[in-house]
Amino acid sequence: MSSYFRSHLKQLESEALYVMREVASQFERPVLLFSGGKDSIVMAHLAHRAFYPGKVPFPLLHVDTGHNFAETLEYRDWLVKDLDLRLIVRYVQDSIDQGRAVEEEGPNPMRNGLQTITLLDALAEFKFEAAMGGARRDEEKARAKERFFSHRDRFGQWDPKNQRPELWNLYNGRKNTSEHFRIFPLSNWTEMDVWQYIALNRIDIPILYFSHRREVVKRDGMLLANCPYITLMPGESVENKVVRFRTIGDMTCTGAVESTASTMDEVIQEIATARVTERGTRADDKRSEAAMEDRKKQGYF
Amino acid sequence: MLSEELKPKSVTRFSGHAETTTGTDPYYTMDLLRFTTAGSVDDGKSTLIGRLLYDSKAIFEDQLEAVERASHNRGDTYVDLALLTDGLRAEREQGITIDVAYRYFATPKRKFIIADTPGHIQYTRNMVTGASTAELAIVLIDARKGVVTQSKRHGFIASLLEIPHILVAVNKMDLVDFSEEVYERIVSEYSEFATKLSIQDLTFIPISALQGDNVVHKSERTPWYDGPTLLHHLENVNIGASRNLVDFRFPVQLVVRPHQDFRGFAGQIVSGTISPGEEIVVLPSGKSSRVRAIHAYTEEVQEAVEGDSVMITLEDEIDISRGDMIVRKNNLPQVGNQLECTICWMAEEPLNPQGSYILQQGTHQVRAMVTELNYRIDVNTLHRESVHTLELNEIGRVKLTTTQPLYFDPYKLNRNTGSFVLIDPYTNVTMAAGMIRRRSRTLDEVIQNQPDRRKSENVVWESTEISREMREERNGHRAAVLWFTGLSGSGKSTVARRLEKRLFSQGVQTTYLDGDNVRHGLNGDLGFSPVDRKENIRRVAEVARLAFDHGTLTICTFISPFNTDREFARSLLPIDRFIEIYVKCDLEVLKRRDPKGLYAKALSGEILEFTGISSPYEEPSNPEIVVETDVQNVDEIVEHIVDELTRRGLLSI
Ligand SMILES: Nc1nc2c(ncn2[C@@H]2O[C@H](COP(=O)(O)OP(=O)(O)O)[C@@H](O)[C@H]2O)c(=O)[nH]1
Repeated sequence: MSSYFRSHLKQLESEALYVMREVASQFERPVLLFSGGKDSIVMAHLAHRAFYPGKVPFPLLHVDTGHNFAETLEYRDWLVKDLDLRLIVRYVQDSIDQGRAVEEEGPNPMRNGLQTITLLDALAEFKFEAAMGGARRDEEKARAKERFFSHRDRFGQWDPKNQRPELWNLYNGRKNTSEHFRIFPLSNWTEMDVWQYIALNRIDIPILYFSHRREVVKRDGMLLANCPYITLMPGESVENKVVRFRTIGDMTCTGAVESTASTMDEVIQEIATARVTERGTRADDKRSEAAMEDRKKQGYF
Repeated sequence: MLSEELKPKSVTRFSGHAETTTGTDPYYTMDLLRFTTAGSVDDGKSTLIGRLLYDSKAIFEDQLEAVERASHNRGDTYVDLALLTDGLRAEREQGITIDVAYRYFATPKRKFIIADTPGHIQYTRNMVTGASTAELAIVLIDARKGVVTQSKRHGFIASLLEIPHILVAVNKMDLVDFSEEVYERIVSEYSEFATKLSIQDLTFIPISALQGDNVVHKSERTPWYDGPTLLHHLENVNIGASRNLVDFRFPVQLVVRPHQDFRGFAGQIVSGTISPGEEIVVLPSGKSSRVRAIHAYTEEVQEAVEGDSVMITLEDEIDISRGDMIVRKNNLPQVGNQLECTICWMAEEPLNPQGSYILQQGTHQVRAMVTELNYRIDVNTLHRESVHTLELNEIGRVKLTTTQPLYFDPYKLNRNTGSFVLIDPYTNVTMAAGMIRRRSRTLDEVIQNQPDRRKSENVVWESTEISREMREERNGHRAAVLWFTGLSGSGKSTVARRLEKRLFSQGVQTTYLDGDNVRHGLNGDLGFSPVDRKENIRRVAEVARLAFDHGTLTICTFISPFNTDREFARSLLPIDRFIEIYVKCDLEVLKRRDPKGLYAKALSGEILEFTGISSPYEEPSNPEIVVETDVQNVDEIVEHIVDELTRRGLLSI
């Protein structure tokens, strides 16, 4: 093999570093959105790489829904120390208490929609003009046409007709005051790429991603972690199963899969043969076919 | 990073097997192919992509279910694989795709990124976008329809964007009974057409996207075809073809300076290779040094190649900022501010031939104007047509003039340093994509003084402000004020305008202050009395000094009839930076010429206090340059002034 060979992961990494450096150069106040999931963990690592030995020149913003796994929060705090990052946390609970957001009713109230309010408020509070997210184009059909630099108007709205063409490696981040950008350095990555990258670079990830024994509740074909935020419905019961998570979001809407994959290689093996998308384990996506597109228009990632 | 002990083992771990991540895993050996697909509506593009995704298992059951549901809702009796690749709801309802969509799949050999560009007639823009990063283009042809205008257009755009491989997929072979004859006719017709284009590699494959023939599996129904399947071709096509591994180009994205002893230049190597110890030069400053180390995160590497995002440190401390380009000393890019380019217009609002745009090339932004619109290319017939503007989806050949010289390689040799976008400075929208063909050649080249820039090593860099010297350094010439004085109608503005154009085309930063113009705005409150004339000159002299401090060659054209006023202007500037140019013309000639009829009015008393008639003009006693417009022509005069400026060392550093 030629010494000029460049693996797909190397090319994806290089592209993401390039994008993050463009963001740091083109914007005065960028921010990296951190959710606690593997994509944002990879993003944090890429940011560390992009500026090393310098410090990452932008903070991380975590919108804490209050429904996080305890492991996620503990992991987050460790990661921030490990990579010497600056973390800002804003709470959905505060938005609810301030009357900015209203809690959903029902047996498992989700805070995904409310999260958008807290997020937009936080962006305004710190005057962040470019928010980087770990979303990938392979996740969902509506994302296939998303740009690396996605323009949002003054109201944080995304207008599909008003997106700038992106050619070569030229990213146009010019904007008028009060407009902003969402930026997706992992646009060209697939779920498999993310896992392979984690494996290749031996990145530590929360143990939630590996098989473990846990109390779960079966609901709508999904296994939800038993937690104080969900109320058992008649006929439902708590079971004890060996599971792992493919994505990590709120406890109320992240479904576990039964799995014995306890090493990275086993996880990758499992993904390779999986027949449902990772979003298939997310209750928030199941609600409507065009769900993602609608949320995107409102300012969700 | 923190030590292992501090790692909270309860919440985090890496659970890989060290021994399996050592080189045999597919993710070490898989590479990446970006390709684009184009076809007219209904040629089967979506079906083909759906099949590739499905057969390579990039489609999951829940996605398939969603498509089944959608097909069912539409009342279809079959599952339409094409729906897998349809994006936004509005488009889905219209049944067409109108923007570039990106799709992903992988085989154990390769990861693929598809830029799926809709083949709809008006979407040249999307095809160009998708093609810009592609190394291969699939052009779909419906076997029943044969080669149509749009098949040619796709080939043309692919070749324009320098995509090295074109794969013509002759689709719907099932509908022509897998006829070899039909296939061969298409092959020969398209090959014939392709000789007009520059295509490195042209391949044909007969397929049925719907039924799968020759897509992933070899078809039994085309015994006469002995080539590879479409997927086999995608997996094996040589993908180094568009990489330029020769010309090292490193546009600096940002400077990383965590502490005094480290100064790293971060960026992506867009072409070529580099190793520690190599001699480099920084553009535009022209300063040279050697590569001390190449950092890839915590490691130092012995070589970095095209595509790598790295951080470079140098032996010497030299000032480098974003937008600069680091290159090898013996392999320089071209430089110029007049460029012949092909552009594709991408915005609803058409090209404004008088407008100025922001040109973004790599990490560098400059102002640019389209100074000539040579022709528009009809993408269907390849004919050249003369036009006055370019509209959405039109491709044209233009000459661009930039305010600062651009370092570039022709697009054919380098897809990165040879490409750019034009941005509207007000709306910030990306208006056009461009490819630099070459520098436009003019006589000025002879006097072009880029190499001189390398001389000065000792500029004092101030941390708090940008000095005039720094600006001069960057501009590549000195700042000065050229003060044209002379009677009304003597030709000051004509000479000055021609001179400015000439200097501009040479890359000189100029500012032009004209007597008539300032009287509209800045000095709109002043008349022509001696007091007002004095104030008029005082203000413009101050403005000229400000412009001078910003490093420009400032051209002023004012009658400025009084010695004292001109001496005041002179007093504001360093001794050798005020160039008084007396534009001399015989008064009798002027009265005869009188283009604006002003002399006639002055003589009849209609205009009062008119210089030369009813108000005195004091001839300069010691001007730096004298030109006589009644005996020399404008070009001679401009040459004379340029020579004089050159002699005084003002046009270089
Ligand atoms: N018989 C036959 N039909 C095909 C083939 N490929 C596509 N089609 C049909 O042609 C129509 C248009 O295909 P589609 O993929 O939507 O075309 P697009 O507009 O190029 O994306 C659909 O009804 C397909 O089922 C093929 O190879 N054979």
